[in-house]
Amino acid sequence: MQGLATNHGSAGRVLDPGGGFVRRGLIGLALCFVALFLVLPLVAVFHGAFEKGWRLYLAAIAQPEALAAVKLTLLATAIALPLNLLFGLAAGWAITKFRFRGKNLLVALIDLPFSVSPVIAGLIFVLLFGMQGWFGPWLADHDLRVVFAVPGIVLATVFVTLPMVARALIPLMQDQGHDDELAALSLGASGLQTFWRVTLPNIKWGLLHGVILASARAMGEFGAVSVLSGHIAGRTNTLPLHVEALYNEYQFAAAFAVASLLALFALVTLALKSWVEYRTEGKAS
Amino acid sequence: MAGRRVIPGFGLSLGFTLFYLGLLVLLPLAALVVKASSLGFAGFAQVLGSPQVQAALRVSFVSAAIAALGNGLFGLLLAWVLVRYRFIGRRAIDALVDLPFALPTAVAGIALATLYAPQGWIGQWFARADIQIAYTRAGIVVALTFVGLPFVVRTLQPVLLDLDAEVEQAARSLGASRWQTFSRVILPALVPALITGMTLAFARAAGEYGSVVFIAGNMPGQTEIAPLVIMTRLEQFDYAGATAVGAAMLAVSLLLLLAVNLLQAWTRRKLGGA
Repeated sequence: MQGLATNHGSAGRVLDPGGGFVRRGLIGLALCFVALFLVLPLVAVFHGAFEKGWRLYLAAIAQPEALAAVKLTLLATAIALPLNLLFGLAAGWAITKFRFRGKNLLVALIDLPFSVSPVIAGLIFVLLFGMQGWFGPWLADHDLRVVFAVPGIVLATVFVTLPMVARALIPLMQDQGHDDELAALSLGASGLQTFWRVTLPNIKWGLLHGVILASARAMGEFGAVSVLSGHIAGRTNTLPLHVEALYNEYQFAAAFAVASLLALFALVTLALKSWVEYRTEGKAS
Repeated sequence: MAGRRVIPGFGLSLGFTLFYLGLLVLLPLAALVVKASSLGFAGFAQVLGSPQVQAALRVSFVSAAIAALGNGLFGLLLAWVLVRYRFIGRRAIDALVDLPFALPTAVAGIALATLYAPQGWIGQWFARADIQIAYTRAGIVVALTFVGLPFVVRTLQPVLLDLDAEVEQAARSLGASRWQTFSRVILPALVPALITGMTLAFARAAGEYGSVVFIAGNMPGQTEIAPLVIMTRLEQFDYAGATAVGAAMLAVSLLLLLAVNLLQAWTRRKLGGA
């Protein structure tokens, strides 16, 4: 009985010896599911992009509207990322190095943008800055535009990626505690020195993890940006919005060509992310 | 506690955190709450009572629920295989699970719509059996299942890793079959994480827009999702209508978030007490 259990049991965590029927069946099922459900859509994107040949692919990417969309996407990401990085560091420092009342509430509030539908994320900024919004009349008086313009797109991008760096940092900094910082400070380091020389090296991988996820989301955001963009080709279209415009005009090859840029970036994101996780796992063990 | 006095930067870091959060999250959400309360009960009832809005809310929440169930099933399978078995390509598949998070929703949307269209690589097989997936509610469920998949896998993986192998060995040595061990010993330990992951997937799916609009038929009353109703109301400058639908959806997702937090607190207490 005992021998039977250890021979065939799936209890062994690392290896299921004997390569049982159940094991092979489950792995096969999982592989089929991943191939059909995750890999095939990716293949479809690249197939659609190159279906009409290289020349059309390059032409679709070199279109002025596409280049303008790349520029706007990079601009929104370049503004949102450093801001949320700073926020993540500040929130991580405050939450993990000190005790104060309402900390749990603060952590929950940081997560709030994740539980808001992207369309609602766009809606709230329309209610603030749109013509009928709280600040709409004031903005109109000063000839400033937020909604249907670049600032609205940037705001939406900041909002949807706001929790990402903080979320990557807080559990990590919580685990590390504040012993290292206390040691540095007691040896005479200033607060800033302690942060740069002790804290930052400790959290660099977590920071990188958060930055990778935040930039992927920033470049790919669709719903929130769609509400706040005026959909003006060449001016207020980000890359995902440009993909939508091409697709709706039945320019499928061009739509998939631009989409393949985003898909490629997503694959790079996944590779970087697993590399970072691999590095940190190696360190932990 | 000792840290409070010695480590500098408490005021600065907390101050900046609260200021940033207040300006970018709380103030905009307050605008939604204020606008919603200015509608009054009658205003709400008028918007939410319309058959088109009710149908859209039903489509969104029912499809999200079916997708969450699908995610529970496939998520459990993937998490189990990734944690328990070693095989070639395991790392690559582990990384690919996050694809729905990393791939822009619009890209996923056009790819799925093309695949499941009647002439598409997958759609043509269903078309032979006279089943249409794209531009129907089935298409909505497919897109929402894609989007929510990582939630269940990622909440289950750490729990599966932490499971005590000795308990399983004990069950097996006492004569339990493989299936009995799984259903009576392993599964109960996974249930809280499974529910958490499915709730997160449900909340995400209910509000999802980008990956769904391309594959949904967007027919009012049939395949129109709630976020699209908000979108069209905004395009018609019907801010009151958009706000009412938005506030109703936000209330549901906040309740779900609260439920997840309570569930996690409860499991932590239970595990801590055991």
